[in-house]
Amino acid sequence: MSENREKLLEIRDLSVTYLTDDATLYAVNGLDLDLYRGETLGLVGETGAGKTTTATAIMRLLPDRVGKITSGTIQFDDVDITAASDAEMRAIRGRRISMIFQDPMTCLNPVLTVGDQISEVLETHGIRDKHELESRVDEMLSLVGIPPERKKDYPHQFSGGMKQRVGIAIALACEPELILADEPTTALDVTIQAQVLALMKELREKLNTAMLLITHDLGVVAEVCDSVAIMYAGEVIEYGSVEQIFYNEDHHPYTKGLFGSIPSMSEGQRRLHPIDGLMPDPSIQIEGCAFADRCPHATDLCRAEKPVTHTLEEGHIVKCHLFDKKEVE
Amino acid sequence: MGTPLVEVRHLKKYFHTPRGELHAVDDVNLTINKGETLGVVGESGCGKSTLGRTMLRLLPHTSGEVLFEGNDILQYDARQMKALRQDMQMIFQDPYASLDSRYTVSQIIEEPLILCRKEMSKEDRNKRVKELMDIVGLAQRFVNTYPHELDGGRRQRIGVARALALNPKFIVCDEPVSALDVSIQAQILNLIMDLQDEMGLAYMFITHDLSVVKHISNNIAVMYLGQCIERAPTEELFAHPMHPYTKALLAAIPVPDPARRNQQREIIRGEVTSPIDPPPGCRFAARCPYATDECRSKPVELKEISPGHFLACAKFG
Repeated sequence: MSENREKLLEIRDLSVTYLTDDATLYAVNGLDLDLYRGETLGLVGETGAGKTTTATAIMRLLPDRVGKITSGTIQFDDVDITAASDAEMRAIRGRRISMIFQDPMTCLNPVLTVGDQISEVLETHGIRDKHELESRVDEMLSLVGIPPERKKDYPHQFSGGMKQRVGIAIALACEPELILADEPTTALDVTIQAQVLALMKELREKLNTAMLLITHDLGVVAEVCDSVAIMYAGEVIEYGSVEQIFYNEDHHPYTKGLFGSIPSMSEGQRRLHPIDGLMPDPSIQIEGCAFADRCPHATDLCRAEKPVTHTLEEGHIVKCHLFDKKEVE
Repeated sequence: MGTPLVEVRHLKKYFHTPRGELHAVDDVNLTINKGETLGVVGESGCGKSTLGRTMLRLLPHTSGEVLFEGNDILQYDARQMKALRQDMQMIFQDPYASLDSRYTVSQIIEEPLILCRKEMSKEDRNKRVKELMDIVGLAQRFVNTYPHELDGGRRQRIGVARALALNPKFIVCDEPVSALDVSIQAQILNLIMDLQDEMGLAYMFITHDLSVVKHISNNIAVMYLGQCIERAPTEELFAHPMHPYTKALLAAIPVPDPARRNQQREIIRGEVTSPIDPPPGCRFAARCPYATDECRSKPVELKEISPGHFLACAKFG
């Protein structure tokens, strides 16, 4: 990690709710996040932790009327995304921030050729010249390892791994500063996953793009990320560099549980040490720590009061009452 | 080595498609011992699930034999099969689709008892359902709930309880944890292993996740395009993988250790070729960096290269 890192994305106290007929769901609750230019941040958590909601909030693509940003700021470079107009957002989406979706089978338009889908982004963001468009499309396809002559093919003629490459080509077409990758390899087989991860790493170095990688696979995180944010019930409960998260002694009990749940490839342990219980119901606003009910170290204080942020080490942040004393020492 | 419970010999399953014969399972040989777990790994489309289903006669076979306690069950008639089904059960991948949404939890677990234990009274059945729910760790208060009210982990527990209802000897687990979050996945894996210790069950554990399979299996079979290309005890396979595909598969798993990220890894190029009317010779040849003309033209057979370690590769055999 270089010394002079330039902050690209700064999220402070972000809260997002979904208003449904039955209840209000508190999907993201006071989330803080920093992402620097050219770096990759892994956003890790279980289903329902609010990872995808965070990404859609950054893109301002929350469902109309239902999803709402209730508090906080998202500062992207010089733009405050929460305050930007729709026209400003249209200029940013696809051009400066783009997204790679989880499911390569459904995120492409089945009635357009892949070439048309790539040129659509370029056209929207100002390239009108036909020859230039054609050559950019060819360039993008070869960049992701698809022969350019296949641009006239439709999505169903490609395999899953190749469709995901098309998705990456679309996301990279305008050379954005930030890519939000929402579980880009979850739907793929391991050998194809390795190909796609290698490709993303290579392209990131070539284009110096920052990436927010949403995943639940800690192996993928170790493979590609510079820093990691662990999410639980709509909050970042631990944040640090990839080395701090994987090697440091002190962790949030949830992070420990997450690591205890993965079967190890190297050691021959017989039983796993999962976290008992489930994530809390998102329709209830919790008074104290959201993890208290599943936490082996929970005290009365945990149930009554929200934990504050503790800095354990330069850049390593944990939100947990366990460290209340330690910091004072 | 334990006593074999299930033996698969030269099992083939072809599907007729408009474009030709799809070789989903092509000449597979396996042995599963009593109280042990065989892990079956491979990428999507390699025939893992079809193999499991054909072995349980949920799909008709094309040719070959499946011996259960020494008898070829593929020759059984409907009556014999009904009796046998009590000994062979299945846990399905998708806990959302494999449970009847109109049945309550107790009805789902009770159904096999109604079908196969006609002598049981209603009270005995209720007692057994309660017992099964305790075994798999489902609280009694869920007895009258419907599957859609429960989360994925609890639903998968219902699937496990249903499979256990008739005290089977052998269970095919078809990706039972791949639809679940890691912390829930770990709970279900612990449950499946505890049940094996307590009841002496044999499992065939189908998965694409090598870390899970390593954790749970005694032996592992690696499949590629309908064929078993390598089979060995778990430690042996992870310590000395021989087939280039097995090596590539092991190298492709992201390791949760940032220090190892810059290690040079062999990434295999290309993707799985079509299983419809496959060419003669090794099916992996098209992606294999070591493939020779011989690999492409001559079929390779699974041979024992060291005790317990079987390999189908002309180059490294």
